[in-house]
Amino acid sequence: MTGPASRERVRDPGLQPERTRLAWRRTTLSGTVVAVLAGKSALAGGASAGGIVACALCCACWLGFLGLAHRRIRALAATSEPGAPDPRYASAAVLCTVALAVCGAALVVQG
Amino acid sequence: MIEFVRNVRLWFVPEGVRREGTTPDYRFSLANERTFLAWLRTALALVGGGFAVDQFLPDLRWGWRVGLALALLAAGVLCALRAINHWVRCERAMRRGEDLPVSRFPALLSLVVAVVAVAMVVVVLVGWEG
Repeated sequence: MTGPASRERVRDPGLQPERTRLAWRRTTLSGTVVAVLAGKSALAGGASAGGIVACALCCACWLGFLGLAHRRIRALAATSEPGAPDPRYASAAVLCTVALAVCGAALVVQG
Repeated sequence: MIEFVRNVRLWFVPEGVRREGTTPDYRFSLANERTFLAWLRTALALVGGGFAVDQFLPDLRWGWRVGLALALLAAGVLCALRAINHWVRCERAMRRGEDLPVSRFPALLSLVVAVVAVAMVVVVLVGWEG
């Protein structure tokens, strides 16, 4: 079931792995928008020490999220019938989102 | 509550979900994953909305602005946590061959978003006069 020839043969007409890959891509795009807004929030009106720390944390979350998405996309491409993702990837993606929101709350209250 | 704690454990244990039942058709798992990602995007959009309220409505009074922004950020956090909880529950139900879990969360979230939207309309109108 591996190799390009057999992958062609068993290709899913619903393109499920491709759709899932694009869903991950869309999600990273949403994350990028949030990270840019967080950066603007942190650095607008003069950069304070707290603002820079929060901005760095947001960037770290965003990079972590990109890394997770990249690994999942590669896992999706590796086999013809990829199964459910490791729950730890999903939890890590959720934790990145929650951390972004917490940084956001800190920035909003501080600003 | 105990059920919820058990679900939270499953978030971090890779074999936890796979231990039960039989592996469903991979397409169902991928559909479940896409639903999870859609909820995660909703959460990210709410978080982004919180940032946007804080950044782009500077004329508002501090209390209103911070209150609205924090409400949106909190909704984003809830939505993200619910996304993974629902994903784990759906994955387990599929493996066990049970019905998919039902949830009040979509209705709740739409009510919260509607209330926040109305509050923002009112606040923006009043805020600009005063």
